[in-house]
Amino acid sequence: MPDFEERKVGPVDANSSAQSSQMRGEELDFTIEQGDRVTKDRSDITYSSQGDTFDDLAGTRVKTQLQLAARRFFRHRLAVVSLSVFIGLLILSVAGGDFWQYNYSQITAQFSTGPSWGHPFGTDQIGHDLFAQVLRGTLTSIETSLLVAVIATTIGTVFGALAGYYGKLVDASLMRFTDLVLTVPVLAILLVLSNLLSKTAGSSVGLALILAGVLWTYLARLVRGTFLSLRRQDYVEAARALGARDARIILRHMLPNALGPIIVNATLTVANAILIEAALSFLGLGIQAPQVSLGLLIQQGEGAAITQPWLFVFPALFLVAIVLCVNFVGDGLRDSLDPRQGRVRE
Amino acid sequence: MLAFVIRRVFIGLFVLLVASVFVFVLVAESGNPLATLQADPGVTQATIRQAAAQLHLNQPLVQRYWYWFSHLLRGDFGTSYSGQPIGSELGQSLVATLKMVIPATIISTILAVITGVLSAVRQYSVWDNISTGLAYLFYSTPVFVLAILLKDFVAIPINNAVGNTVFYTIGESSIGNTGGLLSSIGNQFSHAVLPVLTLVLITYAAWSRYQRAAMLEVLNSDYLRLARSKGLKPSRVLIRHALRNALIPLTTIVALDFAVIVGGAVVTETVYGWQGMGRLLLNGLTGPVSPDVNVVLAWLMVVAAVVVAFNVLADVLYAVLDPRIRYA
Repeated sequence: MPDFEERKVGPVDANSSAQSSQMRGEELDFTIEQGDRVTKDRSDITYSSQGDTFDDLAGTRVKTQLQLAARRFFRHRLAVVSLSVFIGLLILSVAGGDFWQYNYSQITAQFSTGPSWGHPFGTDQIGHDLFAQVLRGTLTSIETSLLVAVIATTIGTVFGALAGYYGKLVDASLMRFTDLVLTVPVLAILLVLSNLLSKTAGSSVGLALILAGVLWTYLARLVRGTFLSLRRQDYVEAARALGARDARIILRHMLPNALGPIIVNATLTVANAILIEAALSFLGLGIQAPQVSLGLLIQQGEGAAITQPWLFVFPALFLVAIVLCVNFVGDGLRDSLDPRQGRVRE
Repeated sequence: MLAFVIRRVFIGLFVLLVASVFVFVLVAESGNPLATLQADPGVTQATIRQAAAQLHLNQPLVQRYWYWFSHLLRGDFGTSYSGQPIGSELGQSLVATLKMVIPATIISTILAVITGVLSAVRQYSVWDNISTGLAYLFYSTPVFVLAILLKDFVAIPINNAVGNTVFYTIGESSIGNTGGLLSSIGNQFSHAVLPVLTLVLITYAAWSRYQRAAMLEVLNSDYLRLARSKGLKPSRVLIRHALRNALIPLTTIVALDFAVIVGGAVVTETVYGWQGMGRLLLNGLTGPVSPDVNVVLAWLMVVAAVVVAFNVLADVLYAVLDPRIRYA
C-alpha cells in the first residue's frame, strides 16, 4: 500500500495511483490532492496492471485515503493526546450523574467548604457539590458546541455549495445574504437574540440554534470558494458529460474534495462556540440558573474568587482545558486533511 | 480605486440600513419596556398609558421606525427610555472603549510582529515552541477567565503586598481625583493597565500566528534566497526584504479586528467596571427600562459604521501595500 510520502518521490507509486483513478472514474475524487503530480507523470503511465486485480484496487483506494489522513493525524502526538482528553472529559461528564455520589442540583449540608475528600472541588455558598456542577457544566458546554458545529456546518456547506456550483444569480443572492449576516456585528445579533431567549427558557438547544445562526457564514464563504475552483475541474466536466445530475455531481464528486476544510472548520467552530456560549452565560444572557454551564459557574464564583478561589479555579480550568483540546485536535486535523489551509482562527 | 471605495461605502450604508430595520424589529419585539411599571400595583392605568405614549410604544412599528430614522438623519440619536440623551452617552462610552482598545491594538501589533517574526526565523526552536504554546493557551482562554485571573490573582495580591493601590481594578479613573493634569493622567493610566493587558494577551495570540505564517512563507520564497545569495547582510535581508512583505497580511487583519474589538470588548468592560460601548449595549438590553430600542440602535449604528469603515480601510491598505492587488 503506497504511503503518502512514498508517492511523492516514487514514480511507480504515482503511476499506480493515476492508473487506478483512470480505471474507476469516481476515485479521482479522492486523489485530487495529488492531482497535479498525477498529471505531470502521465507520460510515464503504463497500463500494465502490475498484478493487481481490479477489485483489489477498488477495495483499497478509499480506505487508503482515509488511512493516510488517519496516519497523519495519529502522528500528531499533541492532537491525539488532546482528542483522548476531550473524549475522557466527555465520558466523565456524561457518566458523571451515575457514578458520583452527588447530583448537580442536590444541596448538601456543607456549604462554602474548600476541596476535601468528600467534595474534591469544594462546595458553593448554597451547598452544591462543585465537582458535580463542573461535570454538568462541561456536559452543557460540549453538548451545545457540538450541536452548534453540526448545524452551522450544515447550513454553511449547503449555502456555499449551492452558491459555488450554480454561480450567477444563486451565488449573488446567497452571498449577499451571507454578507448581511457577516456585517451586522455578531455581538449585536447574539445579545439581542439570547436576551430574547433568556427571558423565555434559556435552553441549551435554543442557544445552540442562535450561535449556529451566526457562525455558519465563514464556512459558507470557504465552501463557495472551494466549489468555484472545483467547478472547472476535468472530472466534473466528465461527470456532467456522462449525464450525472447536479445533486450527484455536488454530493458524490465535489463535496468529498471540499471535505477537508469543512471538517477542520467544524472543529474550530466547536472551540468558538464553547467560548461564546461561556461568555454569554457569564454576561447572564446564555444558560440560565437552575441549569448549569461553565460560564455561569465562573460568573457565580467571580464574586468570591479571592476568599473561595475553588469556585472560580475549577470551572475555569475545565473550560480552558476543553477549548485547548479542541483547538489542538483542529490543528492536527488541518495538518492531516488540509495542509494548504493556514488559518489560525475564525 | 476611488470608485471602488465609493461603491464599498454605499454597499456598507445599504447593509447598515437593512440591519437597522432587522435589529429594530428584533429588539422592539423582544420584550416589554413597561413590564416593571405594569407589575407595580400602585401604578394606575393612566400612568402606564402616558408612559407608553411618551416612548411611542402605542404607535405601530413602521411609524416608530420612521420616527427614529428621520431623527437619525438629522444627527439625533434620540433619548433613552430612562430619559437621557443618547448622543452624549454614546460619546462617553466610545471614548472609554477607545481608551482601552487603541493602546491594546498598538501593543498587540508590536508584540505579535516581534514574537511572530522570531518564531518564524527560529522555526521549531525552543523559543518558537514556547511562544506557540503561549499563543495557543491565550487563544483558548475565555476573556473573562483571563480578566478575573489578572484582577483577583495578580493585581489584588500585589496591591495587598505593597499595601498601596498599584493596579486599579474598577472603573476608568478614581472618582474625585482632584490632582493636576499630570496626576489625572497617571490615575487614568493605572486604571487602564489591567484592561489593556487583558485585551493584549487575547488579541496578540492570534495575530502572532498570522505573522509567523506570513513570515515563514516569505522566508521560503525565491527572491529571499536571491537576496541572501547576493551576500546582503542577514539583518538587511530580514528587515528590508522579508519583513516588509510579511507585514501586509497582518495590516489588514489588524484593521478588521480593531473594528470587532471596539464593539466586542463587553466582557473586559464588565469585569473591570468600565462604562464602554459593550456596557451601553448590555444596559440597553437588560437595564431597568429594557429593551431600549433607541440605545441598542444607536450602538449598532456606531459599531457597524466602524466595522464598515475599517473593512474599506483594510481593502485600501491592502492595495496600497501590495501593488499586485488591483480592484476593478
